[in-house]
Amino acid sequence: MLVRRSATVNASFGFVGIALFCLIFADLEVTTLDPWTELGRMAWGFATPDFLAVDQLADALLQTVAFAVLGVAAGSVFGFVLAPVFQHFGPVRWVCAFIRAIHELFWALIFIQMFGPSPLAGILAIAIPYTGICAKVYAEILEEADLRALKTLPPGAGRISTFFYAKLPDVWVHLKDYTFYRLECGLRSSAVLGFVGLPTLGFYLESFFKQGHYSEVSALLILFFVLIATIRLWMRPRIAWVYVAASPFAIAAGAGTTTFEWVNVQRFFTEDIVPAPLRNAEILDPGAWLNFGDWTWALLSHQALPGIVATILLTQIALVGTGILALAFFPMISDRFFGRAGRTVGHVFLVIARSTPEYVLAYIFLQLWGPSMLPAIVALSLHNGAIIGHLIGRHVNELERRPDAPKGVNLYAYEVVPRVYGQFLAFLFYRWEVIMRETAILGILGIHTLGFHIDSAIADIRIDRAMLLIVITALLNIAIDICSRNLRRRLRLRSTPDAA
Amino acid sequence: MALFDLRDETVRYDGKAVLKGVSLKIERGEKVALVGRSGAGKSTLLTLLHSQHPEKAALVPHDGGLVKTLSVFHNIYMGRLEANPTWYNLVNLAWPMRREIEAIQPIVADLGLADKLMQPAGELSGGQQQRTAVARALYHDGEVLLGDEPVSAVDEHQARAVLDTIAAAHDTMVLAMHDVDLALAYCGRIVGIQDGRIVFDEPAADLTRQDLAPLYIGEA
Repeated sequence: MLVRRSATVNASFGFVGIALFCLIFADLEVTTLDPWTELGRMAWGFATPDFLAVDQLADALLQTVAFAVLGVAAGSVFGFVLAPVFQHFGPVRWVCAFIRAIHELFWALIFIQMFGPSPLAGILAIAIPYTGICAKVYAEILEEADLRALKTLPPGAGRISTFFYAKLPDVWVHLKDYTFYRLECGLRSSAVLGFVGLPTLGFYLESFFKQGHYSEVSALLILFFVLIATIRLWMRPRIAWVYVAASPFAIAAGAGTTTFEWVNVQRFFTEDIVPAPLRNAEILDPGAWLNFGDWTWALLSHQALPGIVATILLTQIALVGTGILALAFFPMISDRFFGRAGRTVGHVFLVIARSTPEYVLAYIFLQLWGPSMLPAIVALSLHNGAIIGHLIGRHVNELERRPDAPKGVNLYAYEVVPRVYGQFLAFLFYRWEVIMRETAILGILGIHTLGFHIDSAIADIRIDRAMLLIVITALLNIAIDICSRNLRRRLRLRSTPDAA
Repeated sequence: MALFDLRDETVRYDGKAVLKGVSLKIERGEKVALVGRSGAGKSTLLTLLHSQHPEKAALVPHDGGLVKTLSVFHNIYMGRLEANPTWYNLVNLAWPMRREIEAIQPIVADLGLADKLMQPAGELSGGQQQRTAVARALYHDGEVLLGDEPVSAVDEHQARAVLDTIAAAHDTMVLAMHDVDLALAYCGRIVGIQDGRIVFDEPAADLTRQDLAPLYIGEA
């Protein structure tokens, strides 16, 4: 008799099928002449970290922390202010969805047009998308607050007093934990901003790479992993203000100050982003509007459409790659599969894979294999697979266990995977949107996703085209987010283990 | 005019009637005990009374309604949030004011919580949490105290001390009580509730333990 397959299994097969179909069209060619020699040199460099370039290493880390602290501080404060009205006020929700759908690097590219590669551009590039993310997540956390204290409050206690006494303290710990997590993400975002010209880790990494100084690259990455792993030791909520107060000085000492010129900002809004055919044209001139139609059509058909197709192809392949690697990785940190020594190795591997931003991983693989979808797929799958593998592994350790359970592969296939599969899919679909955001951005490295066309438009100083493409990218993200939410609802997936 | 006046009230949860056509008048100065098995409708009746005069009544809900991560001091202070401007409440949240601590001290001393004042409420024992909820209601200083099993988690001796304190501070009180002896000792009027209906309403002086026993038949 046939066993009826569950909806989650059907959905999984569907996604694998789509990914296989996408693989037919994906460009996976290795274009470098001799990847293996280069890999050998890189591996040797990574095995022999060189910490001698103290000045540069210290500067890279200091700037990365300073930008992250200021960006995350601003983002979380604004997010906190917006959170209480998030659920009740549509426009706030829409604006937040839009600003978080645009990647930090795209924001940086926009602000660099306004302010030059200056500290303000870097801080805003983190602060703005993080405001959107924090507002949403803080609002969700506040919804979970225990409201039993509310009914004992005297009438007339005032909304703000009520919020701070009866609602906020109950969820304070969750807000704090989430903000810590955001700071960790902020460090990665800040590091990557270096690739577009800000003086953070990415900037130094790229210059070390270009000179073939792999031992310095190794040292820099090791320090970065330590920085992220020890975040709870050097950052405490009580002294957060010290970091916020000191960061501007650190940035001023390293990166200089922002020369804020109103003319540039004004030019950006009144000229740069206005579509070229409409610039300096009469508003009622039908010729200008016809040209605008042609301009839009050309942009959509020659850049937006191929960019969208490549972005979706890469996203779907990387999503399935992420899932496969997550399922392969999670036993590494579970005490049901490995002993103490094995788990330690597993933890170190997962920490490295999830602390290294996708962008940096993709950059490294790109040096090896040349620009195709291959480095991007490997980088995205590795990073996101490590994140989900870590979450699932931790959850598996808390699962109930029976003394007569099978061992090894049988345990994996019969007991563990079936029990965590719903949660695994929930995490995977949560990452779907993140993977797409990153996929778009990897275009800057030369893979022909939307980011490629945006980056080229900016390089040609055609900001009007770049803006339209960025908006399209954001809308694509929002669409994926909606898809993911519907799918999670239809499959009744929740990421929390206790939820039914 | 009666302070509370319920007329033929019916309350449903999920389509199931918890109170069925209840009428009840309570005058100022009355001390009323609601007795009956758990699930009989006492809590619902108290909530209904509270909604008639939220401004006059201090409520001790069944679950305490404490913010577990805040200190005992802040939980008690919450009883009078409306008395101070918002900025003052916020400052007091971050840095407890000496003035407010002194105002709250006599209440916690009466209830045996003086040494717990700055501890998070969630770290206290069940009995201590219950007394914190009572302290908040006392600090609110409403005309009426509505208590849902306010002493169910403390021992007999302490229960009497807590009820003494409540009775001294409030002329009017309505307490849902499980303990028949305490109900008879502290309240002048006993209202018996069974399956969402008032089955008797008598002066305590006319009742004995045995009269109330039938209400609890079948309860473990």
